Amino acid sequence: MKEWPLWEVFIRSQHGLAHKHVGSLHAADAEMAVRNARDVYTRRNEGVSIWVVKAADITASSPGDKEALFEPANSKVYRHPTFYPMPDEVKGI
Amino acid sequence: MGRDDALFQYCLRLGDNALVLAQRLGEWTGKAPIIEEDLATANTALDLIGQARMWLAYAGEIEGSGRGEDELAFLRDVSDFRNVLLVEQANGNFADTIARQFYFDAWNVRALDALSRSRDPRVAEIAAKSVKEAAYHLERSADWVVRLGDGTEESRAKMQAAIDDLWMYTGEFFEADDIDRAVTESGIGFDPAALHAPWLEEVKRVLDDATLSTPAPGYMQRGGKQGVHTEKLGYLLAEMQFLQRAYPGAQW
Repeated sequence: MKEWPLWEVFIRSQHGLAHKHVGSLHAADAEMAVRNARDVYTRRNEGVSIWVVKAADITASSPGDKEALFEPANSKVYRHPTFYPMPDEVKGI
Repeated sequence: MGRDDALFQYCLRLGDNALVLAQRLGEWTGKAPIIEEDLATANTALDLIGQARMWLAYAGEIEGSGRGEDELAFLRDVSDFRNVLLVEQANGNFADTIARQFYFDAWNVRALDALSRSRDPRVAEIAAKSVKEAAYHLERSADWVVRLGDGTEESRAKMQAAIDDLWMYTGEFFEADDIDRAVTESGIGFDPAALHAPWLEEVKRVLDDATLSTPAPGYMQRGGKQGVHTEKLGYLLAEMQFLQRAYPGAQW
């Protein structure tokens, strides 16, 4: 079991449109990972869909690059669409 | 035998199967091979407790002497339990637990499917609700049989041994007695023998997949459905019923 890979689990909730990261687990293969995710993370009716991704297949940004990556966006307030009134009929934003 | 007597006993059998197996599975809690399996096993146990509650509550109503699901679960003695011998067998190693579960699930799915067409609306309702859970249980246990059977040399040997050891407890599912005949005649239950061929076909298919051999027909243990149990059930009930026996009426 020690050699079983780690899987990251994403659940799409009843109301959400997107799959959200909920945690991780160990499993021998993808099929077992989905089954384990069902038993570990959807016990209280949390989801309608499950994604699993091998943790090793995820490429992450480095915490050390935080400033270089995200700082430049800080001063650009015009990139936020807060100046437009949103009609009530528009869903999912 | 009156119609109600038979139905009462029949519901006890269904409820006790689920209750006793759930109690066994609960023994894994905190010490399953991995935490994912710990949770999955507990989930299955909780599904089965849910099923047991519905069957025993209905049994109590049919009996009509004021016993509810709790009285039936916690205040009956060994010889009043009506579960098949298979479900009271000890957990053993993980392969033993999986073999027991697989044999049971493969039967339970078909039993509940048949009962979902029962002439008794309550029986049909309970079965229809439970059959979806049972289908998932079977998917899981069959998957483990294949993984362990078609796994390492050691896991294969343990899985085959478990399949062989528990085989003699599978005959009871398919033997009819007066109670089975009474509920079959009234359209409430099903003919146990009718499930044998589809059950065996499924078991054989999964064992083939797992590169394991299906045991040959042979001597089968019987008696659980009539209340004649192996000594193991007494110990299980002693643990399960301790609280209500030592502190009658105790509540959360």
